[in-house]
Amino acid sequence: MKHRTFFWFFLPTGLAMLVFIAFPIVSVLMQSVFLPHEAVLIETENCGPFGCKVETAIDQEATNKLREAAPLGRFAGLEIYKDRGHLAFSEVGEAWRTTDSLGAFFSELGDLPFYRAMAFTLTYTFVCTPLLIALGFAVAVGVNSLNQRLKGLVIFFSLLPMIVTPLVGSLILFWMIDSRGVLGNFISYLANDPSLSLKASTPLMWISLIIYGIWSSAPFAFVVFYAGLQTVPQDTLESAQIDGATRWQRIRYVVIPHLMPLVTFVALIQLMDNFRVFEPIVGFNAEAHATSLSWIIFNDLSGETQQLSAAATTSVLTILGVAVLLSPVLVRTWRDFKGGH
Amino acid sequence: MSSISQRRPLGLQIFLAAFIVIWLICAAFPFLWTLWGSFKVELDFFSVNDWTDALTGDRTKATHGSAFTAAGYKGAWIQEEFWRNVINTFVVCLFVVTTSLTIGTLGGYALSRSGYKYVFWLLIIALMFRALPQITLVSGYLPVFFDWNIWGFLPTAIIVLVAINQPFTLWMLHSFFESIPKDLDESAKVDGCTQFQAFRHVIIPVMWPGVITTGLFSFLLAYNDFVVTALVLQESNRTMIPAIAAFLGTTQTEGNVMFAVAAVVSATAPLFVMVLFFQRQIVSGLTAGAVKG
Repeated sequence: MKHRTFFWFFLPTGLAMLVFIAFPIVSVLMQSVFLPHEAVLIETENCGPFGCKVETAIDQEATNKLREAAPLGRFAGLEIYKDRGHLAFSEVGEAWRTTDSLGAFFSELGDLPFYRAMAFTLTYTFVCTPLLIALGFAVAVGVNSLNQRLKGLVIFFSLLPMIVTPLVGSLILFWMIDSRGVLGNFISYLANDPSLSLKASTPLMWISLIIYGIWSSAPFAFVVFYAGLQTVPQDTLESAQIDGATRWQRIRYVVIPHLMPLVTFVALIQLMDNFRVFEPIVGFNAEAHATSLSWIIFNDLSGETQQLSAAATTSVLTILGVAVLLSPVLVRTWRDFKGGH
Repeated sequence: MSSISQRRPLGLQIFLAAFIVIWLICAAFPFLWTLWGSFKVELDFFSVNDWTDALTGDRTKATHGSAFTAAGYKGAWIQEEFWRNVINTFVVCLFVVTTSLTIGTLGGYALSRSGYKYVFWLLIIALMFRALPQITLVSGYLPVFFDWNIWGFLPTAIIVLVAINQPFTLWMLHSFFESIPKDLDESAKVDGCTQFQAFRHVIIPVMWPGVITTGLFSFLLAYNDFVVTALVLQESNRTMIPAIAAFLGTTQTEGNVMFAVAAVVSATAPLFVMVLFFQRQIVSGLTAGAVKG
């Protein structure tokens, strides 16, 4: 295809991505180094029959002039990055100097919003991803052994947790694990503790959120692995069997190596998706126990006063996090690409 | 699995069957339970005394005279005007899917038919865009939308969702068009067609399976979105999912959780029907990217 033809074909989608994905990234970067202008205040003395009062008022004209002169706001450099709501350099340094053990240092860190969110986001990402891959693989092996008629039915029900809206799915689970819900009742019966409430305990809330994450993403891993299982070379399986490999050895040395590229693919997609965890925290009403980077941004953006600069700074830090997560894949793709040419 | 030597021993067979049954219960039970419970009153669905209340519906009988009541649905759909949100959702989904497919098809086709190096880079950039959490982009939109006075309206949300959808659509359609033989449109071009005519008369008639599969995923993205619609739409233009989130804030204090339960079941129903009819396409769509590499 000629460059010109390609250009015209690609223009609409390219333009959409340029305007609504690439520009916003630049805009977020800019916002994170500029603070909005403070309103110019003027003090006027108002003298009436009951004495004089000093009143402060916003000088609209001067404020507008300031805004027009520098529409981006006043340049703050990395100031916002260093404040308490983000990387909190001075607080971290303080904690490092005053605490005497690593445990105490980390618990100090846990009080800073950014590090608190980072801790949950990373735990969620790196606990959910391997577990959901394992569960998805187990279900795929199980379903593969069923007869043809049952398969369709099982696949239908297995797809539901993944297809359903994340907020809706997390609400459905949350209502069940409520202390008055069916699962909550069952758990407190098992623990023999009628007052047990998942909502009141941070570790239990983290576990519930992680279980939700596995529940909602395992179907994706299952479907991908199930499709992969259909393409396992039967000849290799048979020759392994003739050579005396047991059932487990055949799975370990034939099936799993065959599925390895798919495991990488699922892990990549799930790392990206789990890193943006947000809806379950809203659905589980869990912000007192667990916050994520996405949740902080949402919280800054919604509400009465929108803290655009704070949200933009967290966004930049999140984008950096995604870049670090993706970097092994990008480096590998780049090597493959260079090798191919 | 036909040969006798590959047949599984009975013990393993039972173990696998039991495992699948447990998985099915985990996957399906929450939905059935919530569907059943949505026709009860709150004191039955959230029962302090005895969980079997939710099955028998004792308090529902006491309040409404029957074990099932549509009070939750009535409250959500009529009193809280959930139907407005439903209409908004379907307007958003319709326009997102059609726009996204139109421009995505052109782009994906071009990517699959051009052999130059920049195709690789465009696909890598699209992958990076796909990896960005959508909410990081929203903080970039808001000041501009406020300045231009376009915040709060459905078309704004539609355009944003279309753009956010493009990276995924491009990847999927690119790999789909790769599977359509290049000879088809090459021969049309030899016969004197321009590239666009070749696309129009030769490719469009055979592209529908891939386009429908991609469309399903675009629909899901628009339907399931919470982040963009919650922050970009004003209250009167809300779609279903932010409306449900708003229910939680207002109704829990008034003791009307059942409105939210009914709304959640209503929002799940269309997805249920979609999986029922398009299971094959969804499965093939999920695996297309993976199996082809």
